[in-house]
Amino acid sequence: MSQVFAFHGGVHPPENKRQSTRTPIRQAPVPARLVLPLSQHIGAPAEPLIKVGDKILKGQRIADPVGRISAALHAPTSGTVSAIAPHPIPHASGMEAACIIIDSDGEDRWIEHEGLADYRTLGKAALTDYIRNSGITGMGGAGFPTDVKLHLGDDHIVNTLIINAAECEPYITADDMLMRERADDIVAGIEIIDYLLKPSHILIGIEDNKPQAVRALEKALAGCSLNIDLRVVPTKYPSGGEKQLIKLLTNVEVPSGHIPADVGIVCQNVGTAYATARAVHHGEPLISRIVTLTGEAVAQPQNFEALIGTPYELLLRAARVSPNDLYRLVVGGPMMGFSVDNDQIPVIKTTNCLIAACPDEMPAAPPAQECIRCGLCEQVCPAELLPQQLYWFAKGRELDKAKHHNLFDCIECGACSYVCSSAIPLVQYYRNAKAEIRSDEAEQRKAEHARVRFEARQARLEAEQAEKEARRKARAEEAARNQAARKDKPLATASSTSPAPIAAPAGEPDLKQLKTAASVARTKLKQAQKALKNAEDKGQEGIDALRDTVNALNTKAEAAQQTYDQALNADSAASTAPDAKQLKTNAAVARTKLKQAEKALASARDNGGDDIAALESRVRELELRARDAQQAYDAADAGAPGIDPTKLAELKADMEAAKAKVDKAQAALEGAIASNSPAVEKMTAGVEKLRGKYQEAKAAFDAAASAPAVPPIVSPTRLAELKADMDAAKAKVDKAQAALEGAIASNSPAVEKMTAGVEKLRGKYLEAKAAHDAAASAPAVPPTVSLARLAELKADMDAAKAKVDKARAALEGAIASNSPAVEKMTAGVEKLRGKYLEAKAAHDAAAGTATKDVAAAPAAQAPVDIKALKQQVSIMRTKLKKAEKALQEADADAAPPLEAEVKELGARLNSARETLNAADQARIAAAAAAGVDLKQLQVDAALARAEVTKTERALGSADSTAATELEQALLQARSRADELSKTLSRFE
Amino acid sequence: MSAVIIAILVLLGLAVVFGIVLGFASVRFKVEGNPIVDQIDALLPQTQCGQCGYPGCRPYAEAIAGGDTINKCPPGGQSTIEALADLLDVEAIPLDDEHGEEKPRSIAYIREDECIGCTKCIQACPVDAILGAAKQMHTVIMSECTGCDLCVEPCPVDCIDMIPIETTLSTWKWPTPKPGIELIATDAGRGSAQQGGFA
Repeated sequence: MSQVFAFHGGVHPPENKRQSTRTPIRQAPVPARLVLPLSQHIGAPAEPLIKVGDKILKGQRIADPVGRISAALHAPTSGTVSAIAPHPIPHASGMEAACIIIDSDGEDRWIEHEGLADYRTLGKAALTDYIRNSGITGMGGAGFPTDVKLHLGDDHIVNTLIINAAECEPYITADDMLMRERADDIVAGIEIIDYLLKPSHILIGIEDNKPQAVRALEKALAGCSLNIDLRVVPTKYPSGGEKQLIKLLTNVEVPSGHIPADVGIVCQNVGTAYATARAVHHGEPLISRIVTLTGEAVAQPQNFEALIGTPYELLLRAARVSPNDLYRLVVGGPMMGFSVDNDQIPVIKTTNCLIAACPDEMPAAPPAQECIRCGLCEQVCPAELLPQQLYWFAKGRELDKAKHHNLFDCIECGACSYVCSSAIPLVQYYRNAKAEIRSDEAEQRKAEHARVRFEARQARLEAEQAEKEARRKARAEEAARNQAARKDKPLATASSTSPAPIAAPAGEPDLKQLKTAASVARTKLKQAQKALKNAEDKGQEGIDALRDTVNALNTKAEAAQQTYDQALNADSAASTAPDAKQLKTNAAVARTKLKQAEKALASARDNGGDDIAALESRVRELELRARDAQQAYDAADAGAPGIDPTKLAELKADMEAAKAKVDKAQAALEGAIASNSPAVEKMTAGVEKLRGKYQEAKAAFDAAASAPAVPPIVSPTRLAELKADMDAAKAKVDKAQAALEGAIASNSPAVEKMTAGVEKLRGKYLEAKAAHDAAASAPAVPPTVSLARLAELKADMDAAKAKVDKARAALEGAIASNSPAVEKMTAGVEKLRGKYLEAKAAHDAAAGTATKDVAAAPAAQAPVDIKALKQQVSIMRTKLKKAEKALQEADADAAPPLEAEVKELGARLNSARETLNAADQARIAAAAAAGVDLKQLQVDAALARAEVTKTERALGSADSTAATELEQALLQARSRADELSKTLSRFE
Repeated sequence: MSAVIIAILVLLGLAVVFGIVLGFASVRFKVEGNPIVDQIDALLPQTQCGQCGYPGCRPYAEAIAGGDTINKCPPGGQSTIEALADLLDVEAIPLDDEHGEEKPRSIAYIREDECIGCTKCIQACPVDAILGAAKQMHTVIMSECTGCDLCVEPCPVDCIDMIPIETTLSTWKWPTPKPGIELIATDAGRGSAQQGGFA
């Protein structure tokens, strides 16, 4: 019943098979270098078993399969592993993939190997494993691992085994030649496969253009015990397609999306059967294959038995290719193969043909034209698809529709492209569309995965939040319970003894409430007044009613105010000691108001306003008030009783809390600046405010600390603490400075910010230092400075000096190299010099106090004009600098006199400086005598000034909404700066 | 006359019956939530990058369902916009540059020598794709990374790079054929652009 059916479509391209069947299969030479891609098959790449440098023998397993669908790899010849590296592989993309590269030693020495004596004694599983370990894959083209197919009998009912010997694609004759020459081995292979699959019948499908192969097979089959049905099918492309051959031989159609095993059929290629037989009977793994070398560019088209990993170039040379004729090198057949442009690509397990085509043979595809809907493609499609429709969908990116038109059933045989009268590269469109759909699906899967993970994370965070909330609530409840328990106790005792004291405070007028009431009344009054005015303007009705309301409100507001005033008076009368803080605030407020008024007056004057007189009177009034307030405060301050240490500690705590807040806010602000947050301005304002508060707290603390009649003996531990603080601050400054220098060197954009940071740190350091110095100099008990301290100061001074020298040297270098950073560096040098002078001064002072008598200090309190001295020093410095510059710029002749001048000036500067220092020292001593830390004061004043400028700058760049806020901050800052500078000026 | 009355009564009766049926159906088969949000969410790339201005893909899906524009998703790019336009039956509009531009898919890579183990990136990662602990070097789980960029900014030592995903053999796609209409018949080597020639 040798019936043959038919499949839909198909084409008859020129066969071009005769050229390569004229000579028998020839052994290809062993190449010097073999390249074995780790992925020559469908499935996971194999995993190398050998290392670079390993000596290997022919047939040795060099890579193991990974996972179920994968294949082993064996050394095709003996040699050394020279690399495991990416190398171009036969792939349409022309990309590289990991390959084992073997340098052959030319001996071609086999590893010990022998076939299985009787494979039937082996279990099916063991035999399949043996085949798997022999690295056998489908030799037809796809390279599907054979062992997987041989396992199909386990979970499918396989009733038909089809041996595919159709070899339908033009040019290729590898299977044809194999069948002609090695039919016995093929039949042996079929027997092995039969043993594993146990099909009820076996079919061999072969095209009728291979009569010699048919004869050879028939001869081989004669000695075979199996009932093998050799069926010769008419030549038509693509009868070798798996599903097409099944249809041809059995008239069964494999459903879309299924494999042949689902309908009880398994297909194997003749080459695979041959390789299986070699492996099982001879113990030879798959290390070579038959490759057809053909095309018009080779002089001797023929079939080679080539080792896997042989570069194309070697085979082309063996077939005597003429490079001038070679136009295109196609791997595989002309219908389904692809062009490569690298002849170093190796032969792999699926390489059945190489076509070296000349231009006439395979001309470049003509330009594609518009589809004319001739419908030829539909008629030839072996998969019974609608190629034209698929083309539209692929071209129009309607991938969903393409998918629904069964794009994935396309076997990419190329029949449609072959017949296309418009030369449209249809298959390329389909391949592209398939790839797009696959990648879209992969992305969709990934997105879904990400969504799941995102939601899981969200749920986790929410759970954490809820847990935290629950814990917080529990804690709050606990605290409330404790609070209630505590409250209940005294209440119970109090109520049991005397209820009067509780009633008394309740009966007292609540000042705050009264104040609120008064202001509410005022606001209401104002609103009513406004409404009234509005009504009057517009001449509306109900004016009288409104007027009444206003009057009523007026009386109410007055009453409220009076009540409040009374209460206030009573309260202040009641409190024996005037609240110094309140007074101080009052005084400051009064001053601020006065300033505002003054400013208004000035601007009015400038603008020639007509309310100058009014403003003037107001200013005068305010002045009076401010003076009053100040006097009241001073009086209170003077009369303030000695502040007890607990109060001091409290103040200190306040101050520190304020400081901490400032620091936190500052950090937040810096973070915001760094992240370019839009809230920076607001935050700056907040920071300023906090800082103001902190300074207030600090001032209060300082005042309290300096006020006490009890001498503030500083304990040594405290001193050490301060010292540690100072050192820490210093270290920070140094670190920051180093970072800054690094930044400057690398031209980082953050330099400005960093400079500011350094300045800030330095300020902190100075503060710490001042505190330390004050503490060190304050103790009345031992006014003498210890020698150790002196040495320390000296060391500081020397270090500072060294720094100055270094900086100066750097500066000179910069000047010499004309660096653009000279200005900045000059400033740095100046700063360093200042530090050095400071250190020197500290040292001198310490030395002075140490050596001289304490009495020397008041003696030096002669009215020395410090400012004049300072000016003198700076004038000297400027002159010196000028002279130095001149010296540098001057040429050799003019140098000596200039040098002398510089020296002289230097001496003068030093003397002036010394005088200044002495005066300064005296001043500090005087201030210390008055109980004021002059340095601290200076620092404070400088800080206040800095704040003023900062606020001014912020104001300049602020918009109108933030402006008012800033203006207030500015006024505050200004008043504080003025205050401080006034205090300072008292000592200067 | 009675015919008219009968007709009216019949219609009334039908109206009552259908009203009851519809009323029951609207209660019994009530759809929870807005199903269109799920459909939109399924089209979004789920990078959870927040470039659209919403804290994740689902909030943006909800915003789209509420009438927001569909062109705010740079990771999804034009293809997502087209898919959304298709779903919502609106005009496909070009991507809004304000929210970033379409970049090739990339994944985060932590230069592990430079990582200080601050865990900031771990907290920023919306899909828990970064592995690490405090003071321990972190690393990105490549298969989980959506390339959303969110970990780059918080890194205090800037040790995170966004590396475009390279095409491998398994992700390589056949190129779109060049429209042949661009070639003219006298072009030398015509068609070689389509097929690639062997030099």
